[in-house]
Amino acid sequence: MKASKSSALRCCLLAATVLLLGGCATQQAYDYSAFREARPASILVLPPLNSSPDINATPSMLSQATLPLAESGYYVFPVALVDETFKQNGLTAAADIHDVPLAKLREIFGADAALYINVKQYGTSYVIISSETRVTAEARLVDLRTGRQLWAGSATASSAEGDNNSGGLVGMLVKAAIRQIVETISSQGHIIAGRTSARLLSAGRPNGILYGPRSPLYQKDGMPAR
Amino acid sequence: MTFIRSARPGPLGLACLSALLLAGCATRPQSLYYWGNFPDQQYAYFKGDKGPEDGIQALEKIREEAKARGQRVPPGFQAHLGLLYGQTGRTDLFEQNLQAEQLQFPESSAYVNFLLKKKAKPQSPDHESK
Repeated sequence: MKASKSSALRCCLLAATVLLLGGCATQQAYDYSAFREARPASILVLPPLNSSPDINATPSMLSQATLPLAESGYYVFPVALVDETFKQNGLTAAADIHDVPLAKLREIFGADAALYINVKQYGTSYVIISSETRVTAEARLVDLRTGRQLWAGSATASSAEGDNNSGGLVGMLVKAAIRQIVETISSQGHIIAGRTSARLLSAGRPNGILYGPRSPLYQKDGMPAR
Repeated sequence: MTFIRSARPGPLGLACLSALLLAGCATRPQSLYYWGNFPDQQYAYFKGDKGPEDGIQALEKIREEAKARGQRVPPGFQAHLGLLYGQTGRTDLFEQNLQAEQLQFPESSAYVNFLLKKKAKPQSPDHESK
């Protein structure tokens, strides 16, 4: 009896290890040939499109896109100043900014590449026994010199990750209700968006962007194992 | 250190292995820049929560902290600070910080030149050709 319990535990741990390892493993390899050929050094992050009902999604993602990209080795144009430049040219809506011809962006900013982000999900939902704040976004990196798409990806993050549901059903219900209030007030969405942005825009992740010239890992990554 | 005396090394061994493997995945190179709360400052700017004076104070403090630690400020930092100075009417500090951005990051040259040229000869904003 005791032996079978111990082996069940061992089995669980083994399964957990396999699952955790699975998280690290690369899925199908991304084709980086255009990215590698283009070698962009600077990235112009355009104000993200927002497909969610929360108006905070655009400023939240925009203000948290610089860090992962810069730490990956790219020059990232000052997002607030760029936004002001668009405004002074009569462009306030992200959708209109995403329609600006690439040549015009290249002329004004001198950027090698532009990043087009679309926030698909941003906010807190209350679903009976758990309230969850989830932020999901996709991004495309486009070469402003050639018009070629260099990379595309998507990422999601949730407040429910790593949440241990203890305390029985009533405890869960209470926790869910309280958490929704706390999350909405302290703009939990912004915190989760930071996690989404880090997953979406950090180099060194499976199918993620490559390291840029200012990183010590530049041109040492994303090599297919041949 | 109770776990050392545990009578079940099997699962524990696996747990340690998992931990090691996880650590292997989590390795991150050292930060290239000192950020302070720069992302939050940018967020506050977009939300219009605080005026430029508050932002200037916060950013100058981050710049001091970075200097004290011997780290560099991140891309866009000095340009953002310049923008805030510009909004309080201090044109000299607008230009000075933009030039500092350009010096630290030559990738910004074309844009900084565009902004400084615009400042030098004020005119109605040119319309976006689509």
